[in-house]
Parts: sequence; C-alpha cells; structure tokens
Amino acid sequence: MESLIALLVGAPLVGAAVLLCGGKRLDRTGHWLGTLLAVVSFVIGLVLFADMLGRGAEDRALHQHLFSWIPVGGFQADVAFQLDQLSMTFVLLITGVGSLIHIYSIGYMEHDERRRRFFGYLNLFLAAMLLLVLADNYLLLYVGWEGVGLASYLLIGFWQHKPSAATAAKKAFLVNRVGDMGLSIAIMLMFTTFGTFAFGPVLGAVGDTSEGKLTAIGLMLLLAACGKSAQVPLQSWLGDAMEGPTPVSALIHAATMVTAGVYLITRSGAIFNGAPDAQTAVVAVGAVTLLFGAIVGCAKDDIKKALAGSTMSQIGYMILAAGLGPIGYAFAIMHLVTHGFFKAGLFLGAGSVMHGMNDEVDMRRYGGLRKYMPITFVTFGLGYLAIIGFPGLSGFFSKDKIIEAAFASGGTQGWILGGAALLGAGITAFYMTRVMLMTFFGEERWRKAPTPSPAEPSVEPAAETRGEYTPPHPHESPKSMTLPMILLAFGSVFAGGLFSINEAFVHWLEPVTSFEHGHSPLSAAAVTSATIVVLLFGVALAWLQYGRKPVPAVAPRGSFLTRAARRDLLQDDFNHVVLVRGGEQLTRALEQIDHSVVDGAVNGTAVSVGGLSGRLRRLQTGYVRSYALQMLGGAAVLVFATLLMRGV
Amino acid sequence: MNPINYLYLAALLFTIGAAGVLIRRNAIVLFMCVELMLNACNLAFVAFSRLHGNLDGQIIAFFTMVVAAAEVVVGLAIIVTIFRTRHTASVDDASLMKL
Repeated sequence: MESLIALLVGAPLVGAAVLLCGGKRLDRTGHWLGTLLAVVSFVIGLVLFADMLGRGAEDRALHQHLFSWIPVGGFQADVAFQLDQLSMTFVLLITGVGSLIHIYSIGYMEHDERRRRFFGYLNLFLAAMLLLVLADNYLLLYVGWEGVGLASYLLIGFWQHKPSAATAAKKAFLVNRVGDMGLSIAIMLMFTTFGTFAFGPVLGAVGDTSEGKLTAIGLMLLLAACGKSAQVPLQSWLGDAMEGPTPVSALIHAATMVTAGVYLITRSGAIFNGAPDAQTAVVAVGAVTLLFGAIVGCAKDDIKKALAGSTMSQIGYMILAAGLGPIGYAFAIMHLVTHGFFKAGLFLGAGSVMHGMNDEVDMRRYGGLRKYMPITFVTFGLGYLAIIGFPGLSGFFSKDKIIEAAFASGGTQGWILGGAALLGAGITAFYMTRVMLMTFFGEERWRKAPTPSPAEPSVEPAAETRGEYTPPHPHESPKSMTLPMILLAFGSVFAGGLFSINEAFVHWLEPVTSFEHGHSPLSAAAVTSATIVVLLFGVALAWLQYGRKPVPAVAPRGSFLTRAARRDLLQDDFNHVVLVRGGEQLTRALEQIDHSVVDGAVNGTAVSVGGLSGRLRRLQTGYVRSYALQMLGGAAVLVFATLLMRGV
Repeated sequence: MNPINYLYLAALLFTIGAAGVLIRRNAIVLFMCVELMLNACNLAFVAFSRLHGNLDGQIIAFFTMVVAAAEVVVGLAIIVTIFRTRHTASVDDASLMKL
C-alpha cells in the first residue's frame, strides 16, 4: 500500500511533464490525458482511503521513505511521505475537486488554442499540492509549497496577452514570496532548535523547547500561511488573481491552494499549542481577515472578485478556528472541506454564467438569468445556501461549529472572536444574497446597451456600443461543465451533514490534531439561533437593497465605506504608499548615501593622495643643492631635538 | 691653549663648508667644500678627544679619513663622467636623471 503514495504524486507529475514537453502533437488529446491522470490520482486516493478505514484509528498513518535527498552530516533531508488522516482528507479534496475541475475545463477551455498547456499546468499544480500535503518533513513541504506558488503564477498569467493578467500573476508571485520567506525562516529556526525538520521529531520535541523559540517559529509559520492563504496583511493578491481562467480560480484560488496555510497551521498544531502568543496572532489575523474579506465582497460588482472576497473571508474563519487550538483544528479542516465543495461549485457556476454571457463579469450587466441557465441556477443556488450557512446544508454545520468554538475560547477574547465570527456570518449572507439577486433575479439588464460609466469617462467605448448593440444570448453550458457543478452541489448539500453524524469528522482527525470540547459561555442552541437570526437579517437587508428595488446599471457613488471596499479597502493604496513609496524613498536614500558616503570616501582618498603627492613631488627638484639644504635642515632639526631632549 | 678654541675653529670651518655646498655650482668646488666639512668634523673629534682625555675621538677621525677617501674616489669618478657627457661641471645642469 505504501508504494501507492508515490504514485499519487507521480501520476499528475508525469502528466505535467508529458503535456508540457510533448509539443503540438498532443494538442488534440492532451486534455484527455491530463484529466485521466487526475482521475487516476483520485482513484488511488480512494483505494488508500478504503485501506486506511480498514485499520484501527491509531495505526492509520502510512510512511514511505523514497530516498535520501541531501545527506550532509547532521543535515538529513529525505524525500519521504506520510499519509495520515489529515493528509488523506486533503488528498481526497485535492484530487476529487481537481478531477471535477479538469472535466469542467475540457468544456470551458474548448476554444483556447493553448488548452494542452493549461492542462499541463493544472497537473503540475495537482502534483505540487499533493507533495505539499503528503510530505513528512517541512523541507519537502516547502518544495510543494513553492510548486503550487509556481503553478498559481503560471495559471493566473495564463492569458498573458492581457497586461492585467500578467501583472496580477507577478503580484501574486511577489506577495507570496514574502510568505515563503517566513516559511524558510521557520524551517531554519526549526533546524537550529530541533536539529531536524521532520514532522515527527519536531512536533514530538516541542515539550522541551522554550516558549520564546516556539513563538518565533509560530509567527514565521503564520507569515507563511498569510501569504499563501491571502490573509491580512498579505491579502492583496487574491482579488487580482481572478484574472486567471475561472476553473483556476475555482481549484487553486478557492478550494485548495489558498487553504495550504490552514493545513500548515493545523499540521504544526503542537508548536502553536506551546506558544499562546503565536496563537493569539493567528486568531487576530483570522478575525480581521474574515471581516475584511466580507466587507470587500459586499462592494464588488465583478462576480469573481465578489467571490474572491468571500474566499478570503471563509479562509479567515478557518485560520481563526486553527488558532483556537485543539478545540478548533478539526472544525477548521471540516470547514475547509465543505468550503472546497461549495466555493468550487460557486466559482464553476460563475464561470458557466460568464461562458453564456460572452465573458461579461460585471453583475450589473446580468439579471434574470435563472430562466436561461436552470442547471447553473440550481447548483449555484445550492452553493449559495451552503455558504451562508442555511440550516441543513454543509456550511451550516462547519461554520456554526467555528462560531461556537470562537465563543468557547474563553473570556473577553472569546466574546470578541465570537462576535466577529457572528458578524462575518451576517455579512456573508448579505453579499452572497446580493450576488445571487444581481445575477439570477431581477430585470434582464444585459438586453440594454451598456451605459459608459461616469466614473471612468476615459474608457474607450467597446466595439459593440459604437455600432448596433447585440445583446448576448445566455445559454446553458455543455454537459462537461454542468456535470462537475452538479456533483459539487451534492457535496455542498450533504458533506457537512455527513461529517457531523456522531462527530464522525472530528473523531477521524482526532489522532492527528487532538481534540477537546470547548466550553462555550453560550449554549450550542443559543449560538445556532443567533447565527440563523444574523443570517436572516443579512439576507433581508440584501433583498431590500437589490431584490425589491431594480439594480442600477451604473454603480452609485456609495458611502465612503463602499467606495473604500470597492478599492479592496485601500489595500493597494496602502501598499503603494507604505511599501512602494517607502521602498523608493529607501533606495533613493541609499543611492544618495552610496554617492556621497561610499563614493565620497573612495574618491576623497584618491584625490587627497593625488594632491599630497603633487605637493611632495615639488620637493624633488633634481637640484643637488636643494637636497643638500634639506639634509642640513634635517641634521639641524636632529641636533636641536637632541639638545632639547637632553635639556629635559 | 684652551682646546675649546679648536671647537670654535671646527664650527667655523664646517659653516664655511656647508655654505659652500649650498651656494656654489661647480661640482669640484662643491666637493672641496664637502671635504672641508669632513675635516672640520675631524678637528672637532680630535679636540673632543683631548678634552675628554681618551682616544675615541682620534679613532673616529681615522675612520672619517678612510670614508672620505672612499667618497672622493666615487665622487670624482661621477664628476668626471658628468663632465664628459655634458661638458660642464655645474651641478644645476645635472637636475634630471636622463640626458
């Protein structure tokens, strides 16, 4: 069985190599090969899962040592895999959702002439992500971590002919580098502290380590998680990452890669358990981000960017739960899995809508689409109900548990975190209802020619507005696209309920993450009813604003908060002023210093030596008599000096 | 006679020699002035020997004579060479290493 683990990573890796090196002769069949290998990986995952279920809870983890990678003295880096319950959960999510999205992409990318390359990148992503979750040491995890970063960069910038996509890819890559630096520093700290970076020895030796060191490692791991999972303050790349093709947004920037930070924190749970300060930082980041993302999601008119804000917010929930320690790890992962289903479904639905609407992304140009795209409407609707936490659907079970755990973290902190999580749930209901109403209900705004936005008068009118405006013909997407959406909708509806039967999911993860019941100051029923009230309130508010009244075709100016949220709460302006300007000032100052101090010292030495030697040269006239005079003078000085010394 | 007067004479001779070295241009005269300074020193050494009542100064005077003789040999050779190439014995003309 162990030997299958390598195959799990190997299958998509081979796919990526073949597709990317195969050249044009694979153009006609490449997408089938890519999809097949993703499905093969999923099937291997299922076989391993069945095998794992056949063993007792304590000895379910499998280990496979492939080879020694870098054996240098005390530095032993191995390529070795570890498949335990946590990794297994991720493997099934990644390969399952990944396979569905491969299938979806066959239809979605049908008219793209670089489809083979697209599938190569998707396979590369799958391989890297599987390596990330299967590694049994932090160094190999880092390889996967960088691999998914690379795949994300390649896929965001897939339509590289668009400058915006190329820029977004660079932005994502650069922001991620900041987080990656955190991870590499954390690994170095681990090596100096523990002398190794394999999960087992590191997490086992935590008890004998000082809290200060654990806090330092924990904070660096948190920085890494912030970068990869788009958490404040490294959140700015996720919105722009929506420039990539929609299946990429669904797979990488919603369901799997962006949750790697949650995996990292959960995997390193023992370190965080020993460092309460680092845990506080984690929950703070989670709470801030869940509100930040939700507020941004409320103001965006671009359907994918609204969903991106939502992703950020939902991952904020997971980070928050992971920061709560043993009372939260299992729920973080449970929300991660259910979120993987409904968010991937929502993104695929958005892609399907765009597919039928000539790639229009502005929700103010949608409206009344439920008649034209019934399957998309129903699957998107189920995903919508799941994400807002409608009772009985997946999101309800997982999000409710996180809110409960937040209240249970104790004291003032518990009330603040619980309140933030509850408020986030309300805002989630608001913005998702808004997306739903603007897209599928109301007047069919796409029939009218678009009015140029007064906010951007300089924009050239699009080709169709100059001549006769031909409205798009909304239509349902092909089967290859609707099938994955239907399957994901099933997941969105039932996963949470299935996981919650007898706390099955929690018990499944318990050997890896440890679990204890939190003691909430509020009863579970009170939290649940509060959540439902907040949820209904958010839905009602959205209906008042976007359901009852017609949606204006041009975005109103809005309040200060709306305008700020439309600009991602000024994140780019902040980065520009603080980091870009600051960096420019710094480099300019350093250049000045280089010119004046460093060059000044070097040139000054040269000039003064030159000047001095010019003066000294004059002493050498070549006239014997002047030398004689100098000798006489020197002798006289010596005589006088001798006399003076004797006098003393 | 008080030996101190020999020291005054030595100082006078040395000053004449030094002034000659600084003022005159002819290499031969320059040379003779150097000899004058050396001999002034010799005189001073001998006078000191007498004053202190030991032979150290006299011995050093002999050394000085030997050194002076050696110096004359080398110096005259140089002067003759300069005169042959430049047809002059003026030290100011020989202010460059090259011709």
